[in-house]
Amino acid sequence: MSPSLESNLFVFALAAFLGYEVVRRVSPQLHTPLMSLTNAISAISVVGAIVVTGAGHNTTMVVVLGTIAVTASMINVVGGFLMTDRMLKMFKKRKSD
Amino acid sequence: MGCFLSITGVAAAAGRLVPHNATMPAYVIMIYLAAAMLFALSLKWLSSPKTARWGVLAGEIGMAAAIIATLFLPEVRHYDWITIAFLIAIMAAIPMARLIPMTAVPQQIALFHAFGALAAALVGTAEYYAHGSSLGTSTLIAIGFESLLGYLTFTGSLVAAGKLQEILPTQPMNYPGQNVLSISILAASVIAGAMVVIIPANPLVFPIFIALCLLFGVMLILPIGGGDMPTVIALLNSYAGLSASAMGFVLNNKLLIIGGALEGSSGFILAMIMCKAMNRSFINVLFGQVQAAKAAKSDDIYGGNIKSVNAEEVAAILDGARRVAIVPGYGLAVAQAQHAVGQLFELLESRSVDVQFGIHPVAGRMPGHMNVLLAEANIPYDHLMEMDRINPEFENMDVVIVNGANDVVNPDARDNPNSPIAGMPILNVDKAGTVIVIKRSLSPGFAGIPNPLFAAKNCLMYFADGKKAVLDIIAELEKL
Repeated sequence: MSPSLESNLFVFALAAFLGYEVVRRVSPQLHTPLMSLTNAISAISVVGAIVVTGAGHNTTMVVVLGTIAVTASMINVVGGFLMTDRMLKMFKKRKSD
Repeated sequence: MGCFLSITGVAAAAGRLVPHNATMPAYVIMIYLAAAMLFALSLKWLSSPKTARWGVLAGEIGMAAAIIATLFLPEVRHYDWITIAFLIAIMAAIPMARLIPMTAVPQQIALFHAFGALAAALVGTAEYYAHGSSLGTSTLIAIGFESLLGYLTFTGSLVAAGKLQEILPTQPMNYPGQNVLSISILAASVIAGAMVVIIPANPLVFPIFIALCLLFGVMLILPIGGGDMPTVIALLNSYAGLSASAMGFVLNNKLLIIGGALEGSSGFILAMIMCKAMNRSFINVLFGQVQAAKAAKSDDIYGGNIKSVNAEEVAAILDGARRVAIVPGYGLAVAQAQHAVGQLFELLESRSVDVQFGIHPVAGRMPGHMNVLLAEANIPYDHLMEMDRINPEFENMDVVIVNGANDVVNPDARDNPNSPIAGMPILNVDKAGTVIVIKRSLSPGFAGIPNPLFAAKNCLMYFADGKKAVLDIIAELEKL
């Protein structure tokens, strides 16, 4: 097994476990914003799409696929964070807040 | 086996771009590391409404830093298409996020899943076509997972969004041999994926693989009924995350692996919670046939025992109540009654009535949906109680108002071992003094069975639209 695959597997396992531990402590009230927030976070995949699109690939197909990928994941980034915040703003403790 | 892998490993290193992490400037690696930690903090701070918005800020900072650092990477040389993509994305996302009504949040989230999964699938596809058979076996396997999860979640999420928006039929659609067909398509996709790994140079394998994955997504989600959407959405949330994580393996980017794994485990936990709350297993939700109602016919249960009331009578009952609970369900969302219910809450509170809301985990069309709708109606979140907290309190409640909920308050789940919903945790509203059920008619909920609650001695039916009923009650109560 190559060293990078090995460390990637470690990172994946630890991250999945961390995710489990952190998310199970999220109040059930916030499960909907949780879904939109985790979706925004996983849209970090835009970073990969940027590299694929911006690198010196010549084929039109790769550039087209990459551009669509950047668009799609960027929608998730912007839309995900905005929508999560919009929902969280509504959770108030007392009407005076 | 080891020999084969090391040969392909050498070929991979020679033939393909050097893995990104190896050429990345140190400052970018540090920024990625900080972003990963900010993402973990972001979710940690979501544990309570008090700290939640800080969580969003942390995530935004991490994301912005990582994106900017990436744009400055030496590998990124052409910016024109990236700029166009950014502009289109911003123009599409801002109105979507700002204007979607809270009742449509489940569809919107399903759509976001589709976008995320599509991005992962397309990057995997682009990597395959850019480097072809010079890719190492482990990278090809990662591309396989990325594409399988990505494409199936793409079409599956679109189907889910269609069902939630009611463009597609919400009734569960069963046909003979459906499971055999779905499993066969899955098996075919996996075989096609294996072909991609074994004979990547063949021009036919990848397109066939893509087509099969897209088809499987449709076949998997299409038969599932609207009532099971909470579990399905959570599962697709998990798959979208896993496809992003797989992209991290393909591009050798640990930040992607982490971001995807966080969503992957989050969605998985939510799906498990949903299954437990419906007392059904994953497999049953995805592949189970909807059970034909083994319960008694509705006439036997309801005959002669349905007591109907109007707004005036409800107001009179509420007038004498000190502790009231309100149980919302999907019907409330459909009737857009959340703001009316908010007004009723304020009116009752001003009359020194203690009002709590009982939220069943699967109420609504996605986990936590009811909470968001009620928060939108300005109901303070400390009055929104989860099922386990409010269940012991029902026997101390004078009045419970059920608006748009049915199966989650059906005592058969608790008392009748032969019921199709036996074992499902429910809100024990029948233990309260008086139960008032606001419903348009006696039609069954998603389980398709009659509800003995409606015929109970302490239950009164208010047959009306969820929103109008509440507004009328408010009007009558204000007169008293």
